[in-house]
Amino acid sequence: MSPSEFFHMGGYAVYVWSSYGLALVLLGWVLISPVFTKKSIIKELKMKYRQQERQRQEDSR
Amino acid sequence: MKLPAIVHKFSSPKNFYTMSGKMIPWFMWSFLITLFAGLYYGLFVAPPDYQQGESYRIMYIHVPAAWMSMFIYMVMAISASVGLIWRIKTADLMASVSAPIGAAFTFLALVTGSLWGKPMWGTYWVWDARLTSELILLFLYLGFIALQAAIEDPRNAARAGAVLLIVGVVNIPIIHYSVEWWSTLHQGATVGKFDKPSMHISMLIPLLVMATSFKLYYAASVLMRARGEILRREQNTRWVKEVVENESK
Repeated sequence: MSPSEFFHMGGYAVYVWSSYGLALVLLGWVLISPVFTKKSIIKELKMKYRQQERQRQEDSR
Repeated sequence: MKLPAIVHKFSSPKNFYTMSGKMIPWFMWSFLITLFAGLYYGLFVAPPDYQQGESYRIMYIHVPAAWMSMFIYMVMAISASVGLIWRIKTADLMASVSAPIGAAFTFLALVTGSLWGKPMWGTYWVWDARLTSELILLFLYLGFIALQAAIEDPRNAARAGAVLLIVGVVNIPIIHYSVEWWSTLHQGATVGKFDKPSMHISMLIPLLVMATSFKLYYAASVLMRARGEILRREQNTRWVKEVVENESK
């Protein structure tokens, strides 16, 4: 089987490759996106904790 | 019925966070290995179908995605029930972070089915029982996600979500048996639990490998989502504070 034959998929290339392409993009995004979400949660919480710390120091003064 | 104390200890958010961190790499690697094996066998080794030619290769995405759409729904319904009955926070959490993954698989099953339907049936869509009940499943997922987003308090959100999930379980056997109960364009099951599959072994093996791969994907993906959400929900505890402060910039 030649590469061009493979990509041709017996004339069904559009249907087959859009299915695989969509799977790649959609499942890839669903898998990767929580990495960014977690990073932003950590950043947010760091800020929140720092603010609480400052508040506590001011209160104790 | 009371659960033994060990279950509660084991399922505590802190323990869950630590354990899941260790498990994710294992799931991720086994997912990638099975994925490449499945794609290789599905796209290169398996022969073309005698009726559908090469177009049937959509099956290696479509069928595992459709199985996952129902599997994840059942996982959510069961873990939401566990959360409702025994008040286990991580069970509620598992239900809520599974929803986007389940919705993605449902959407994928619908779209790939549509892309397979066009060359084989001559239409992208038909309002038959299998397709319609799968579309309802997508709406159940979206309804659950919207409900979770609308209720601020995680406990109340979990309780309301659990009710929705449990009621929606009725749709799962409808999807499964739709091809037997009603006359539909969609073909019947070729892989059954009790009888021999009506598919040649050379086509069946890649299908089962892809199905395994998708399950491992779900495991890795749901744990990654759960870890972020745990930090948010448990932000007022000392252990989360320590985790966040030890995290490098």
